[in-house]
Amino acid sequence: MERGADVISWPPEGVTRVPYAVFSDPALYRLEQERIFRGPTWHFLALEVELPETGSFKTTRIGDNAVIVVRDETGAINAMVNRCAHKGAMLCFEPCGKREHFTCVYHSWTYDLQGGLKTVAFRRGINGRGGMPDDFDQADHGLERLRVERLHGLVFATFSPQAPPLAEYLGPEMVANIERLFDRPIELLGYHHQPMGNNWKLYAENVRDPYHATLLHTFFGTFRLNTLTMDGGITIGRGGWHHISYSKMATERQKGEYDGLRSVVQDFGLADPSLIASRPERNDGITLAIQSIFPTCIVQQISNSLAVRWLVPLGPDRCELHWALFGYRDDDPAMRAMRLKQANLIGPAGLVSMEDGLVGELVMRGVAGDGSATSVIEMGGRDVASTENSRATETSVRGFWHGYRALMDL
Amino acid sequence: MARALDDAALYRRIEDFMIRYVHCVDDDRLEAWPDFFAERCLYKIVSRENHDRGLPLGVMECDSRGMLKDRIASLRRANVYEPQTYRHQISALEVERLDGQRFKCRSNYLVVRTMADGAMSLFSTGRYLDRLVAEGDDFLIEERLVVFESRQIETLLVIPL
Repeated sequence: MERGADVISWPPEGVTRVPYAVFSDPALYRLEQERIFRGPTWHFLALEVELPETGSFKTTRIGDNAVIVVRDETGAINAMVNRCAHKGAMLCFEPCGKREHFTCVYHSWTYDLQGGLKTVAFRRGINGRGGMPDDFDQADHGLERLRVERLHGLVFATFSPQAPPLAEYLGPEMVANIERLFDRPIELLGYHHQPMGNNWKLYAENVRDPYHATLLHTFFGTFRLNTLTMDGGITIGRGGWHHISYSKMATERQKGEYDGLRSVVQDFGLADPSLIASRPERNDGITLAIQSIFPTCIVQQISNSLAVRWLVPLGPDRCELHWALFGYRDDDPAMRAMRLKQANLIGPAGLVSMEDGLVGELVMRGVAGDGSATSVIEMGGRDVASTENSRATETSVRGFWHGYRALMDL
Repeated sequence: MARALDDAALYRRIEDFMIRYVHCVDDDRLEAWPDFFAERCLYKIVSRENHDRGLPLGVMECDSRGMLKDRIASLRRANVYEPQTYRHQISALEVERLDGQRFKCRSNYLVVRTMADGAMSLFSTGRYLDRLVAEGDDFLIEERLVVFESRQIETLLVIPL
């Protein structure tokens, strides 16, 4: 297999420098498909509540690969490449639904809910003429299957037999945060879909970057929803690949640190403060927890706004961010209304998140033309390590590049 | 719809109200935009995907005129985005009388977004599902559901539809 190092060279400083060519090189993008998306990594596919019954399916993507995820007759959840074994046509082009089997529209080859090939139209020919050769064995021509694992109602898959089991891949701290947010039955509240004009890794960096959150997203600081002067920290998982950035709103003790920064607007009160009303749901005091799961999954708690996000690359210079927002089945009506109101904070029109759609595109435009230039990622030091008392750090961004370089052999 | 409005003059006045709304947004007179709404109102932008599947999530959901004002204040003072303008095309207005004061309306919209560098795109199309209440000679929006057709929102949405 080709190595990333055959395509570009990484600066000797290591993960504190990222060559901008990684955000535009088409050869690197192709290699990512092989080494990352089809490599030993786990990818979020669905919430189990999206697949409530036998035959409930959802179509999604892992990198460039179209994937079907479906619940079968035994209750198991299976994932297959959404590509007919005959001529490669996409089997299923609805976003979700319910099926007894999957039939390709092109030549009517039919597959069961495990991806096995069940029928081939005109297999015996017509009036004894034509048809498939006698030794054609349907068992050899099923859909390409993925390894699937479920964790507290989240469904993940990998193409790779080399990927460690999901819980081991995530590590105990990452599993604990998923358990924390998925500790009871959830209710799906809806989706956002946000295409952006930037390489997927710019969003991967962005979501791992607590340094920007309170500077770019002025709304955060202005209403003290999240500041670096609150108690909080970064938990790094599995050698830097994953992270959780958390903060505790009740511990805010600003002493002028944000004075003079654009990120706090003075004299800006809300005419209707019900927008930011929140309710504590757990005893840990954590009011914001952003968790990244390498490479493209994000689990979000911003006050009472809960979501899973997953990122799909669309070529070197484009990606699409998908969001599934959820609450809990036992939410009272006021809690449900509060979650929906807080949803104003996030998503493509989110008062604290819309800027993330912009900055990736600004970087793309800024770095165009000179692939050998690099970024500087030294806030909080040069290493990759958890911190319990500071989020003025880019340690989790360095962690992402650590994982990326290892997988890409770069 | 149950029964179209047979009062042409009234229909024309409602149409005029819809026209003034889009000119207000497109001309960047956004501070006046909340005035089209009743004090207690619902303004919700929701994808057709969520709407059709009965999922309650919107990309923007305001339930008071105060929240609408906060959106505009945030857009002016807090949020960061590239300079951009909208141009709305509206059509296919249907009006149904609910009671002496209230009207149920639906219409189609199409918004072209133009960025500072000149790039133009078909940013959003969909329908307005409205409930208006008569207020003197004019109307106020008690409810405006903006159901956008594509499930995607390109990059970000900051100016209301």
